[in-house]
Amino acid sequence: MGDVPEELKYTEEHEWVRVEGDEVSIGITDFAQNALTEVVWVELPETDIEVSAMESFASVESVKSVSEIYAPVPGTITEVNHSLEDSPEQINEDPYGSGWICKIKVGPDLDMSGLLDAGSYSKLIGE
Amino acid sequence: MSTVFDFNGASGSGWSQPDSNFQNPDAVPESLRRKRLPGWPRASEPELVRHYTLLSQKTFGIDTGFYPLGSCTMKHNPRVNERIVQLPGIDRIHPLQDSSQVQGLLAIYYEMQEMLAICSGMDAVTLQPVAGAQGEFTAIRCIQEYHRSRGDDHRDKVIVPDSAHGTNPASASMCGYQIIEIPSASDGRLDIDALRAAVGDDTAAMMITNPSTMGLFETNIAEASKIVHEAGGQMYYDGANFNAIIGKTDPGRMGFDAVHYNLHKTFSQPHGGGGPGSGPIGVKDHLSEFLPTPIASRRESQEGEPNGVGDGFYYFWQDVGDNSIGKVQQWNGNAGAVVRAWAFYRRYGRDLERMSEHAVLSSNYLRHKIMNPEPDVAAKINCMPSEGSEASLVMHEFTLSMSPVKEVNGVTGKDVAKRLLDYGYMSPTLYFPQIVPECLMIEPTETESKEVLDKFAADFHAVLSEDPEILTTAPHTTPVKRVDEVWAARNLILRHPGIEED
Repeated sequence: MGDVPEELKYTEEHEWVRVEGDEVSIGITDFAQNALTEVVWVELPETDIEVSAMESFASVESVKSVSEIYAPVPGTITEVNHSLEDSPEQINEDPYGSGWICKIKVGPDLDMSGLLDAGSYSKLIGE
Repeated sequence: MSTVFDFNGASGSGWSQPDSNFQNPDAVPESLRRKRLPGWPRASEPELVRHYTLLSQKTFGIDTGFYPLGSCTMKHNPRVNERIVQLPGIDRIHPLQDSSQVQGLLAIYYEMQEMLAICSGMDAVTLQPVAGAQGEFTAIRCIQEYHRSRGDDHRDKVIVPDSAHGTNPASASMCGYQIIEIPSASDGRLDIDALRAAVGDDTAAMMITNPSTMGLFETNIAEASKIVHEAGGQMYYDGANFNAIIGKTDPGRMGFDAVHYNLHKTFSQPHGGGGPGSGPIGVKDHLSEFLPTPIASRRESQEGEPNGVGDGFYYFWQDVGDNSIGKVQQWNGNAGAVVRAWAFYRRYGRDLERMSEHAVLSSNYLRHKIMNPEPDVAAKINCMPSEGSEASLVMHEFTLSMSPVKEVNGVTGKDVAKRLLDYGYMSPTLYFPQIVPECLMIEPTETESKEVLDKFAADFHAVLSEDPEILTTAPHTTPVKRVDEVWAARNLILRHPGIEED
């Protein structure tokens, strides 16, 4: 049902998290984009705003439905993938690559224990 | 001819206007003046009649075929409604006419308010909101003012289950509330433990549809009301599915404080594409002082007063008072919709209860018929959908999941829905509620005959037996074939292509 890269962390709401130093990149999983079907619009957050864990801060819209995107970890949004505004299909074509949504700067004592590893996420989506 | 603007006959045909008597052209700044005449259609009367007749032949409605559109109660519109609403005393009056001249309409409003209050177990009703979602907004505003009047301003959260109509969180959000979404339990019903964990002294209200959009009656509803009330919150009933319970039970008995009705659903009349609707709300006594103003009222006729409808009462608009949230609509509701609904209810009378019974029976019958094909039919079906809910009985609508079909041959719920158009049906509700993957939601309503339901089930099985290629490219026989929805959503065209910018 979906590709689940080993090196990423996941939420039960189908976001993925890639840790890169003191920043994390966030997107939605292959399973999520497949369930949504073709994405037609992405509502992106502003940069420099603070988000708390599991706060809804963006949304992804397909012809089928609109889905909220939740912050997997607390922090400050540093960068947003503006190329999604013109080509939201990147979320379908490359959910773990060019379809990334934003980057969040996190504190040094980041607690990732609430996130799922690839094995647990695979189990969640019934792989 | 695709649109009426394509008619371009002799100049001046199709419309007439008086000559301009505008004396001072300089009064309008140059930059705001038109550079050319508007591109009005120029059609003769027969051309215009043919244009709209052809359009009406290309559309689809419940008068042309079966309409299994769940969650929406798109039911048959009894023609008696139209006779009543076209009476001169109803359709040739003006909202600003004095009450003494519109006693008949006011009496209808009053009776409708009373009837809705009785059906729902509420104490006061306003007919002002003109759509279900506006009713939601109105009721949540009343609840907000109620909390404020008690110094409970800090209550800033509204709880909705994940099976809710999208308008519920939207209406609460418009009132400034934060939304707490709670997941459904594994049987598709309200998760009472999740509710218990979600309530607190910041709970303003809970909004819930019962039966839910899964077509399930919330068996824990009294317990849910108790939990929300003990936390100090108010219970709001979304009446979209009132069709399933009317006369059997009522929201008041379930513990609700406020409710909206969709007159255009439960009580028939044409709607769709955004109107015309009517979304009255009913509330318990403690919320009635906050209702929009005015509401229809009556007193005993006095000596010498015109006795309008002959029942000894004089009907008038009653101001709700200083605590009213104000008006939510310019006039006093969508009168045409109210009168049609009143005619419908008057035609049924006490048999409204049988209407609900038949709606639920039709739904369960069709669900059973679709899910249990005869062996010779089953042998031809490529793959069967699964039930959207495990419940043995549903209410007035039911859900199916096309996931098993998608996995086997790539045919989605959308493909099945599109193919049903070729068989002469409106599509069922697609991809809602979202908690059922590849969801089709079907609501036959009470008025369809057993023969229509049997035929629909047989045609549904025929669709499931067809070459997947036929489904993924459907529809094939409609005036408009498969549209590229993704392209349309990504490339919005918001201006008529024939109108050039000056």
